[in-house]
Amino acid sequence: MIAPRTLSLKAALPLVLLAVALPADAKTPSLADAAGSYSIASSSRIQFNVGQTGGGGIAGNFAKFSGKFRIDGGNVSRSSVEFTLYPESVRARERRIEDFLRSSAVFDAANYQTVTFRSTSVTQTGPDRATVEGALTARGKTRKERFAVTLTDWNKGSISFTIRGSIRRAPYGMDVGTPIYSNVVEFDMDIKGMRR
Amino acid sequence: MLRNSDHGFGTVTIVLHWTIALLILGLMLIGFVMRRTEIDPALQFSLYQWHKSFGFTALGAALVRAIWWLVERSPRPVPGLRPLEHVAARETHRILITLGFLTPLAGWAVASASTLNIPSFYFNIIVIPHLSLPQSDSSEAFWAFTHALLAYAMLALVVIHAAAALYHQFIRGDAVLMRMLRAGSRPSHAEAADLREAMKPLPGGNDP
Ligand code: HEM
Repeated sequence: MIAPRTLSLKAALPLVLLAVALPADAKTPSLADAAGSYSIASSSRIQFNVGQTGGGGIAGNFAKFSGKFRIDGGNVSRSSVEFTLYPESVRARERRIEDFLRSSAVFDAANYQTVTFRSTSVTQTGPDRATVEGALTARGKTRKERFAVTLTDWNKGSISFTIRGSIRRAPYGMDVGTPIYSNVVEFDMDIKGMRR
Repeated sequence: MLRNSDHGFGTVTIVLHWTIALLILGLMLIGFVMRRTEIDPALQFSLYQWHKSFGFTALGAALVRAIWWLVERSPRPVPGLRPLEHVAARETHRILITLGFLTPLAGWAVASASTLNIPSFYFNIIVIPHLSLPQSDSSEAFWAFTHALLAYAMLALVVIHAAAALYHQFIRGDAVLMRMLRAGSRPSHAEAADLREAMKPLPGGNDP
């Protein structure tokens, strides 16, 4: 029975974020539960797509990653997130593509084992939405990037978001294949946080 | 002197000949390096794309060349060429013209059949569509083998063809190579003499 759940979720979502956004004294006890520290569950999905001229593109995901985040109940803009992914674990539709992505042409996984993101600011943009800005480090280069976060599910023990972001790869020294393949990598992540 | 004449090649033939020669040798070199040597993966990717762009250029030039060869007359063989040599040369040229066309066509088939499905973005200007071939590992492997076979067979013929030209130039001392370097070259004095010689009814006892 999908429909009733969706409905109740829809009703609950704005409340969750509202609770997070409002000053502490306005919170109702149950909703205050959203605030807290979470670790990113391995059931999360980190997917990406790079478009190619004439349609289609390279889609893939990362199997290995870790991270944690904290939702500040009193002031959502003081929330923070730290995320690490391991490019060695990249998965694509065939082996040759995976090997190429791991190679010195793209992630250079032998020399740079991780890609990290560390938030610097969180801005709420809607009842169930926020923009997270932070420092993304890949191949030894660090740049400011921005992701759009949407809350999708929430209960006592866990919380789920979709996160989207468009990252230009050339500044990280990963411009191989442009302009056949787009400079912009579209990230589409389903992040599940387990309360710590 | 764009057209061929009875005794020499015109500019069109000469320009096509050397353009295609340069393209084919360059493509052999890029093809070998990108496919058979350990190189930086980013460079390898670029070389594949350059190979395809120049390869399509070679395909276009080969098509023009083949049509030109069919509609334009060929100059008469240089004086002193034995009939068998003439036949061998003509067959070599026929096969070279065919391979010059089939090799890039098979290359196009490799790019089309590959499961990597990498677009052919001709010099980053226009996407050349894939041939409608099934995209599978076996189809890709078949066309890659065919393309390599045709390319190396063509290279072997090019070596024979070039060796023959050098033989004519430096050992036989005839006009074979010069005809393909200079448009509408008239028969040299020596050749003219040869020609007159050949036209004499019978060379009776006029040894020096
Ligand atoms: C006269 C034109 C061409 C010549 C002489 C040529 C020559 C070669 C050679 C020598 C190789 C290496 C083969 C090996 O060692 O396995 C090669 C590979 C290749 N060529 Fe060409 N090529 C030509 C045109 C083209 C064109 C037009 C395309 C595509 C549009 C193309 C696509 C490829 C590809 C994809 C490979 C790699 C095959 C593989 O990965 O096994 N070639 N070519």
